[in-house]
Amino acid sequence: MLEIRSLSKTYPTGHEALRSVSLWVPEGQLLGLIGPSGAGKSTLLRCINRLVEPTDGSVLLEGRDLTGLSTGELRRHRRRIGMIFQEYSLVERLTVMENVLSGRLGYLPFWRTYLRRFPQTDIDRAYHLLDRVGLGDRANQRADALSGGQRQRVGIARALSQEPELLLVDEPTASLDPRTSRQIMRLLTEICAERHLPAIVNLHDVPLAQQFMHRIVGLRAGEIVFDDAPTALTEKALTGIYGEEDWKSMRQEDEEAADSEADAQRRLKEIAGR
Amino acid sequence: MTSPVRPWKRPPTLVRDPRWRRVLQVGIVLYLLLALGSVHVDWLRVWEGLERGQRFVLGFLQPDFTSRWNDIQKGLVESLTMTVTATVAGIALSVPIGIGAARNLVSRPVYLACRFVIAVSRALQEIIVAIFMVAMFGFGPFAGFLTLVFGSVGFLSKLLADDIEEIDEAQTEAIRATGASWWQVVHYAVQPQVLPRLIGLSLYRLDINFRESAVIGIVGAGGIGATLNTAIDRYEYDSAGAILLLIIGIVLVVEYSSSYLRKFLQ
Repeated sequence: MLEIRSLSKTYPTGHEALRSVSLWVPEGQLLGLIGPSGAGKSTLLRCINRLVEPTDGSVLLEGRDLTGLSTGELRRHRRRIGMIFQEYSLVERLTVMENVLSGRLGYLPFWRTYLRRFPQTDIDRAYHLLDRVGLGDRANQRADALSGGQRQRVGIARALSQEPELLLVDEPTASLDPRTSRQIMRLLTEICAERHLPAIVNLHDVPLAQQFMHRIVGLRAGEIVFDDAPTALTEKALTGIYGEEDWKSMRQEDEEAADSEADAQRRLKEIAGR
Repeated sequence: MTSPVRPWKRPPTLVRDPRWRRVLQVGIVLYLLLALGSVHVDWLRVWEGLERGQRFVLGFLQPDFTSRWNDIQKGLVESLTMTVTATVAGIALSVPIGIGAARNLVSRPVYLACRFVIAVSRALQEIIVAIFMVAMFGFGPFAGFLTLVFGSVGFLSKLLADDIEEIDEAQTEAIRATGASWWQVVHYAVQPQVLPRLIGLSLYRLDINFRESAVIGIVGAGGIGATLNTAIDRYEYDSAGAILLLIIGIVLVVEYSSSYLRKFLQ
């Protein structure tokens, strides 16, 4: 369970990314965070595990305030929060297994991780997770040998190897094609359901958010302007989040993309029928 | 119907005013002529030097490996030992200093201190350092070893630090997000990204150190340079030629093998 109390972030440049944001995420909930770029979605995620230092407010995970923790304490609490990134953020030159095991860094002393002496339970868990995301046979390949979808699966396995109590997911599908995007979202939702894991997911793709999330929070200029079930996400609500012009052009782009995809499908069928 | 002719000329980029351009062009030519005129050339001395140069070239063409072989061998072994030990010690010192000089990894005071060490090492040319070291520790390879370590630290730490500052921050961020400590971030996110380049740079520095060892020997820091200096002082150009040929040969071998190794590693 995560509680955010009037969280604010002002960057040294004077840009106010977050203005007193309050949010409560119960166990097992998938919360989709939508909003135009620059609305503060990424900043909000990064303030939760303090990759970005919030200026004001507090973040409580299971009742424990994460702001104002010392470096050592922060490390112990960060490992409870798994994070999945837009560009996968795997360490390219390490193997898939090393990437998954790096989720255990917060639990182990430096010398053990330096010598790659991971406890057998960690190794078992890593194999199990790789099997779960369908990459059991890739353990010793280098991360840069994988495709985009596969890399994101490794990213998910790394986050889960932390045995997290919360997942932060930053635009998980932004670098993937539509089909792979759906597969990854399905995998994420399944895994969260299996573990009763709450997740906050930044999404720029509104239909994807509506399809997979339990609850949608709309962020605009650092403030929450929408917080409701996906079904309540009407045309009017979306205009409120994105602003008239942006929402219109986004919808138009989506329609064009859908049209061109349908067109491509039709042509493929024609070719197959010939 | 033909379209009218539309001539095109690249617009001037630096000095737009044509008069100023003309003045600058004439000025530059004038300065070059005057500067050339101010170099005093003693043509008689050049003529004498040509003869000496000829003897040098002749010696080079008929290198004498045998008569001073013991000295040459001793010098070469000394130089190679100096090179390898100095490179290893240089790498060992450069890695911590290089990490400390990367702005994205350390606090500002540490960064400034490490950058200062690098700046000092880079500001002093090897020969000047060698003269200092010889004055402090006496003639011989130990002074040469210290000189090469000093030079290697400036070179390797700077390039390593610049490399670390250009790594993909997303990978570092991801490792930090798992709760990794600073050392673990360096080992899991930074090292894999910079290691191939560090190895390449170290091999390159090995190459440089060998060539430098020949130069600093001339000011008394031991090695093959000292042997070469002695040979020239005694007007034994055939022995000097042999030494130069050996240096060229070894540099070539190191060059080829290090470029092969680098390719193999990447």
